[in-house]
Amino acid sequence: MSLSFQDLILTLHRYWGAQGCVVLQPYDMEMGAGTFHPATVLRALGPEAWKAAYVQPCRRPTDGRYGENPNRLGHYYQYQVVLKPSPDNLQDLYLGSLVEIGIDPLKHDIRFVEDDWESPTLGAWGLGWEVWCDGMEVTQFTYFQQVGGFECRPVTGELTYGLERLAMYIQGVDNVFDLRFNEAGVTYGDVFLENEREMSAYNFEVADTNALFDLFRKAAAECERCLDARLPIPAYEQAIKASHVFNTLQARGVISVAERQAYIGRVRDLAKGACGAWIEAKGYAA
Amino acid sequence: MADFLLELLSEEIPARMQARARNDLARLFAECTGEGGLETGAIDTFSTPRRLVLIARDVAAASKASREELKGPRSSAPPAALEGFLRKTGLLREQLEERDGVYFAVIERAGRPAAEILSDTVKRIVTDFPWPKSMRWASGSMRWVRPLHGIVAIFGEEIVDAEIGGVTSGATTFGHRFHHPGPITIGGVADYIEKLRACHVIVDQEERERIVREGAAQAAAGAGFALLSDEGLVVENAGLTEWPVPLIGRFDAEFLDVPREVIVLTMRTNQKYFACANDEGLLAPAFVCVANIAANDQGQAIAEGNHRVLAARLSDARFFWEQDLKVPLEERAGKLGGIVFHEKLGTIADKVERVARLARWLAESGVVKANADQVERAARLAKADLVTGMVGEFPELQGVIGGYLAEAQGEPRVVADAIRDHYRPAGQGDEVPTAPVSVAVALADKLDTICAFFSVDLKPTGSKDPFALRRAAIASIEIIVRNGLRIGLNEAMRGALANRAAQSEDPAAIHRLDGNATELLDFFADRLKVQQRDAGVRHDLIDSVFALGGEDDLVRLLARVAALQNFVETDDGTDLLTAYKRAANILKKESWTGPVVMSSSAAEGIPQTAEEDPLVLVDDPILKDAVAEMASGTAGADLPQERKLILALDAAEPKASAAVGNENFTGAMAALATLRGPIDDFFDHVTVNDPDPATRERRLNLLMRFRDAVNGVADFSRIEG
Repeated sequence: MSLSFQDLILTLHRYWGAQGCVVLQPYDMEMGAGTFHPATVLRALGPEAWKAAYVQPCRRPTDGRYGENPNRLGHYYQYQVVLKPSPDNLQDLYLGSLVEIGIDPLKHDIRFVEDDWESPTLGAWGLGWEVWCDGMEVTQFTYFQQVGGFECRPVTGELTYGLERLAMYIQGVDNVFDLRFNEAGVTYGDVFLENEREMSAYNFEVADTNALFDLFRKAAAECERCLDARLPIPAYEQAIKASHVFNTLQARGVISVAERQAYIGRVRDLAKGACGAWIEAKGYAA
Repeated sequence: MADFLLELLSEEIPARMQARARNDLARLFAECTGEGGLETGAIDTFSTPRRLVLIARDVAAASKASREELKGPRSSAPPAALEGFLRKTGLLREQLEERDGVYFAVIERAGRPAAEILSDTVKRIVTDFPWPKSMRWASGSMRWVRPLHGIVAIFGEEIVDAEIGGVTSGATTFGHRFHHPGPITIGGVADYIEKLRACHVIVDQEERERIVREGAAQAAAGAGFALLSDEGLVVENAGLTEWPVPLIGRFDAEFLDVPREVIVLTMRTNQKYFACANDEGLLAPAFVCVANIAANDQGQAIAEGNHRVLAARLSDARFFWEQDLKVPLEERAGKLGGIVFHEKLGTIADKVERVARLARWLAESGVVKANADQVERAARLAKADLVTGMVGEFPELQGVIGGYLAEAQGEPRVVADAIRDHYRPAGQGDEVPTAPVSVAVALADKLDTICAFFSVDLKPTGSKDPFALRRAAIASIEIIVRNGLRIGLNEAMRGALANRAAQSEDPAAIHRLDGNATELLDFFADRLKVQQRDAGVRHDLIDSVFALGGEDDLVRLLARVAALQNFVETDDGTDLLTAYKRAANILKKESWTGPVVMSSSAAEGIPQTAEEDPLVLVDDPILKDAVAEMASGTAGADLPQERKLILALDAAEPKASAAVGNENFTGAMAALATLRGPIDDFFDHVTVNDPDPATRERRLNLLMRFRDAVNGVADFSRIEG
């Protein structure tokens, strides 16, 4: 019997916990990717070693499909592992985790296919691959080179597993809502289908765009106030908030192509400011 | 002499970078050993996803010994000069040789052992390797395309020592990531390739490419299909695998409702799969993927997994397709007003409006023999697919999707085809549209783009051409030439510029129109030369015809150039060109600009400045002959060669100009060819610079008449040779 969704998470927790990672809980804010978690972005800066593993719920309002598409979700989970400095055997550690969750690399075709990662809103980039299992992208594998516009020394290795895809693969399921969530007959659909319907309706139809524009401005202003007060973590949280509001505005279709770049640039400046303040607060700059 | 092996083992190298990396590796190695004076035989390089490999045959055991002699100061020079020389050479005075009162230092260098030079070479290769993108990892500061894990460097049977950024050379490497993850010890060049093969790594990319190419075709044939061959995919898959195993997979036939291009592109771009066709050439519901392992279940699980991934992608594609089908293209087109084409050039809707007008004009003016209503319809719908979900997912299918939607929504075939093909030719070697409606829309779209950007001064400069206007010009030329379109570019471009000016809020736009039109014609002339170069057409001949001015019909221009090229490559042509240059040189040397009033060139005519111009009389038939004689300078011609040339010109000029008028350029060249004998005789027997001023003037005028007659066909002064 293949792993249920929750056992997949528990298996990865045990595996990465045994590798010395702190197993964290999700960050309690809306974000578009596990990378946004301060345990990745802020900890990737500076010289100290750091190992962490956590699940992060991700919200991508534009990807919502009212629960009608078997592969797309507006809310889903990423399993994020960060190891700093990136160990020499990072690829082997990663492959070990696949074996642990039941993927036999002599039966399944595991491939590292070029995919350079860049986050314009975080001012971050790295080189790496998307990892394919029988043609399906199951993980994003990145060696961070810059975060918040700052060079990463040492380099953080980041693994981002797409949990739903991986679980669908392991369980042999074609519709995400059919995933076995646990061993007691609860499916992913039982837990999240209604969420997808309602959140899609909210994001595409209902969300008050004026209130959102207002929220964006307020988050940006609050971020700057925090920066003035030399409080990088609260400043960074406001940058995350602005980023999510921007994503929701995108889903509402009220941001034109021309404006889009300006919004991304604004969020990037906030994130960079927070990263700079963090470096300063931690005394890395000297 | 011995062979040298270098293997650089790293994490997965992007497939697209491997070919260049092999070349760079060979080049750097040759450079470094060359500088070290180390002789080597043949150099071969190989790549796999995890390795860059170099094998150099017959490497000398050491670099050659050398002897160098440096000249120093004279022995009589002040002591300071000698001291300086000793410091520079590091020698003692007793070690210098003195000959003829001058000191010489002889520096002998023994040959360096190959192992040392190779060690330096390895370090430099790793340090200087020009990866298009490289990275740091862990705590180090060295850079490689992905983390570098091992260096195998063996000269003969000896390890070449090298240590770079914590990676030390040795004889140990690793086999296939999954089949043989353990270490392997390499003896040298002799056993490297076969040892790795035994560990499921095929080092030679060409061998892997062959396996992919032939294995994929066999896998398809085994299922009764034909593989749609794709060399790019062959190379990419060979770059993604150390042990390629092609496998056939299927997809649900119901997805075949989705446009073929979408399926092929999804499979190719996202999954690196080959597509298959059935006996009738139609897309088959099957694909070939290339695994990197010989799976323990013969690949069943892999084929099944890939099948599911593709099914998910195709169902996504089908969802977009079905959504797109529901909305008429016309309704989509209405949304183009919300998409900016360029901040200075309005929206896509503005562009569509301009293209529709220009395309309609092309049809109505007879440049393209097409139904003007169909042309306009196609132009108005051509960009509508930009706001479909499908093009959002697959931007490279712009046009193609519009074509399918138009057909599905009942547009006439020719309109659908024009929508599909209006971006063509999209690059060198791409198909050039030939269906009339397609031709009109494709040409109008490109001319509009070029003219619009020129109108706001966004022109290509140097190597920068951010809006691909050069490409658009070449594409326009290809459409015009391929279809033999008789289009006055000047008029067409003025039309396009006027369309843009009418939309512009800038009142000056219309005033810049003349300047833009002139610039644009020069721009096209340059592109035409580039475009024709590949066809072997000489750029100087194109210049010589453009220099006549006023020629903006590319078809006529190229016909003239072709006739000219044939002509100047004959003996008559070469000889006439020589005579022309001689005549032009004499005229230039004498600063001769001809008779003060009476130009010999019919085209220029006699300037009439006012009613009372005394020269109006030249139109009087009675005076006509006398005036002609004066102008041509027959009067007083005293040498037979002079007379002969005059008669030849009298005969040739009208023939040439009539032939040019009829676009019979070969005929025009033939008329010019009749001048060859007379002009040669003239130069052989007639002295232009006669002491008698009247004679000299007459002969200079005659040379000028000859020059101008030739220039009436093409500006021969622009012709090289």
